[in-house]
Amino acid sequence: MNIFLDLFLTFFKIGAFTFGGGYAMLPLMQEEVLAHKWMPLEDVVNFIAVSESTPGPFAINMATYVGSEVGGAFGLAGSIFGSFCATFGVVLPSFIVILIVAKCFERFKNSKVVKGCMTGLKPAVVGLIGSAIISVLLTVFIPNGFSMAVFTDASFYVALATFAICTVMAFKKVHPIIIIVLAAVLGIAAGYVL
Amino acid sequence: MESKGKKIFQLFLVFLKIGAFTFGGGYAMIPIIQKEIVENKKWITDDDILEIIAIAESTPGPIAINSATFVGYRVAGFFGAMFATLGVVLPSFVIILLISFVLREFQDIPAVQYAFNGIRAGVLALLIKALVSMYKKAPKGLVSYIVMGASFVITAFFDINVLFVIIGCAVFGLVTSLIAERRSKK
Repeated sequence: MNIFLDLFLTFFKIGAFTFGGGYAMLPLMQEEVLAHKWMPLEDVVNFIAVSESTPGPFAINMATYVGSEVGGAFGLAGSIFGSFCATFGVVLPSFIVILIVAKCFERFKNSKVVKGCMTGLKPAVVGLIGSAIISVLLTVFIPNGFSMAVFTDASFYVALATFAICTVMAFKKVHPIIIIVLAAVLGIAAGYVL
Repeated sequence: MESKGKKIFQLFLVFLKIGAFTFGGGYAMIPIIQKEIVENKKWITDDDILEIIAIAESTPGPIAINSATFVGYRVAGFFGAMFATLGVVLPSFVIILLISFVLREFQDIPAVQYAFNGIRAGVLALLIKALVSMYKKAPKGLVSYIVMGASFVITAFFDINVLFVIIGCAVFGLVTSLIAERRSKK
């Protein structure tokens, strides 16, 4: 299939089936990006950090980035057109659905079907993100797969320490950008020391 | 009475500002929408904002897009919706496109790779924080715990498409809530 059409359709699907916004789109996006071999999970995780440190919704940032990377195979114009296709795709389902809902709001608001589906969708997002986190966890701690050698590898312990410090800060409600900057500094320091 | 064209242009500008100054997206946008659209422009009311949140939560897609489209439509119809959405998307689009070019140039430098090694551990922490707050916001009860556990186990340990899991959970939620309702009527 044409790569640009594929970007549009894939992100249309992601936009249409993500409820709750924000990281709720991570599980589906992770699956699609990996299935298409568009980029490794490491790049997706790296980009979550970029997205947290730049304005705008996660969904749009991610779509634009993946589109640019994938379309980049066709040069600058490909990058721009790829981002456009992915972003347009992820936005379109919301746009259409909201236009419909805005017209028949009262019916929608009191709909038992919508409420019923939401009682399943809200907890589903929690389980799905939990599972997405497992894959991120593996990328962070054992990027080369598991073996006993992991425990003698200093970078494993550096990752563990960085993660522990950042987790404490995150739960103490330190701003995400500060956490990301600190993690970057720790990473650079460890890289040059080891 | 303002002309519709002028209103649409103002919608575009306001949402452009919202898109450019909201970090993290979603709920972070709501206070800014409230200040700009309710207090300054008086285009919609506080009650409308509550409605928008309720709708955004039960329709697919990012909350930012949902709210922009809804507010735009309420204020100036279809073209209002279109330009509000365009406005909220445009800043991210331009910024991220530029960043993707910069990242491509610098990603092979060792210091950048080291930084990202650390950053990935930091992102993991942020994701776990997000997971905990989503868990707190999710409904409690038996159905809820079953869905959480099942969707986690199925996607983490079996090779089943996330899409089917999402659809399955929606259907399960619908069926159980209809059954619960029928029982309470008896």
